[in-house]
Amino acid sequence: MPPGLAAIADPALRAAFRDWLLRTADDELVIGHRHSEWTGFGPDIESDVAMSSIAQEEIGHARAFYEQAATEDGSDADTLAFGRSPAEYRHAILLERENGGWEFSILRLALYEPFEAARLRLLGACGHEPLAGLARTISREERYHGIFAQTWLTRLARATAEGRMRVQGALDAAWPDALGLFEATPADDLLRARGVLPQSPASLRTEWEEAIRPTVEGLGLTVPPAAAREGGRRGVHTPEFDRMLAQMTEVRRSDPEARW
Amino acid sequence: MVTAAMRETALLEAVWDVLRSVEDPELPITITDLGLIRDVRVADGRVAVRLIPTWTACPALTVIRHRVREALRALAGVREASVEYTYDEPWTLERMTPRGRQRLREYGLSVPACRFAEPPECPYCGSRDVRVESLFGPTLCRATYLCRTCRNPFERFKPPAEPATA
Repeated sequence: MPPGLAAIADPALRAAFRDWLLRTADDELVIGHRHSEWTGFGPDIESDVAMSSIAQEEIGHARAFYEQAATEDGSDADTLAFGRSPAEYRHAILLERENGGWEFSILRLALYEPFEAARLRLLGACGHEPLAGLARTISREERYHGIFAQTWLTRLARATAEGRMRVQGALDAAWPDALGLFEATPADDLLRARGVLPQSPASLRTEWEEAIRPTVEGLGLTVPPAAAREGGRRGVHTPEFDRMLAQMTEVRRSDPEARW
Repeated sequence: MVTAAMRETALLEAVWDVLRSVEDPELPITITDLGLIRDVRVADGRVAVRLIPTWTACPALTVIRHRVREALRALAGVREASVEYTYDEPWTLERMTPRGRQRLREYGLSVPACRFAEPPECPYCGSRDVRVESLFGPTLCRATYLCRTCRNPFERFKPPAEPATA
C-alpha cells in the first residue's frame, strides 16, 4: 500500500490532512446512519432497499476514510467511528438532523451529493496515493445516489400542492445547515496554502450553489435568504447528534473489547 | 536440480490456482473471472496479492480477503501471505472474463458489455423492451428491472458509473 498520510513529512500539515479525512469520514458515517434508519420504513419496497443500499455505501466509504486516517496514529476504523466523544466528531450539522419526513431525507441527500462530488474531485486531485485513488473510486459509486435523490425530489415537488409545500419546508429548514458544509477551518487554509488541495474546501460553495440552485428553482422551490449555521467542523453539535451517537454506539459500549 | 527460480515459478502457478478457486460469496463467479486481481508477487515464500474492489462498500470484500489469505497460507511453501485492496486503478466491466459473464447470465443476471448506460437486455427472452424498477437491488452491484415482453422481473449487473456517462 502506498504511504498516504505518512508521506507528508511536516507534522502540522499531516495533522491538517488527517483532520480533513476524519471530517469526510464523519460526514459519511453520520448521513449513512440517518439513511439506515429508513430500513424497514421506506415509502415503498424499492425506496426502502435503495435508501438502505445508499446507507451501506456511505458507511463503507466512511470505513475506507477512517482506515486511511487510522494509519497515522495506530488506531483503527471502528475506534474512530464509535470510540470518540461527541465533540470529537467533525461532520456538518446538516447530516446529524433527525430524519423527520421522507421529504427531508430526500432533500438532504439532494443537497449533500453535489457537495460530496465536488469534495471527492478535490481529493482525487490531491496527488497523494492511495487517497486520491480512493476518492476517484468512490466518486464513481456516488453517482447513483444523486440520480435517486433527483428522481424523488422531482416526484415530490411536482406532485401536489402539499408535496411542494413539504419539500419547501424541508428546504427552508435544511438550507442554513447545508451552507454549514462549507464552514472554513484552519486546517483547510493550511492544506490550500501548502498545495495539498488544489483549492480550499470552503471555496467549493460557489460550485455547489451553481449546481444546486437551478435544480431546486427549476422545481418551483425558493432558496431561503438564510445565513450558514456552522459549528459542526469545530465539534459543536446538536442534541440530535448526542441521541444518535448514544444509540449508534450502544452495542459497542456494552463490550468495547469484543471481537466480531 | 530444482533451482530457487523454478520453485518460485511453481509457487506462483499454485497461487494462481488458489485464486481461480475462490468464489465471490454473493455471486456464482470466481474472483479471477470477476477480474479482481490487480497483481501477484511471490518472493522467498512470501506472497502478496493486490485486489481491486468492485464496490468499496461491498460486504463481500472482507469475506474474499479472508478466503484468499487462508487458502494461500494453507499452500505448501508459503511463509507469509498478504492480501490488500488497492485503489490505484478502478474496477471496470472490461475486467470480467467471457466465462464469468456467461456464468452470470446462466444465473439470470443481465450483464452490460462495457457501460451501465447501454440499453438493458432481458436475460430470459433477449427483449430490449424493459423498464428499470430501481437502480438498487439485493446487492450493491445489482439493479432491478421488469421485462415488458416476457413479463419477468430481472436483475442487471451494475458497475460503478463511468465519469463520462453520468
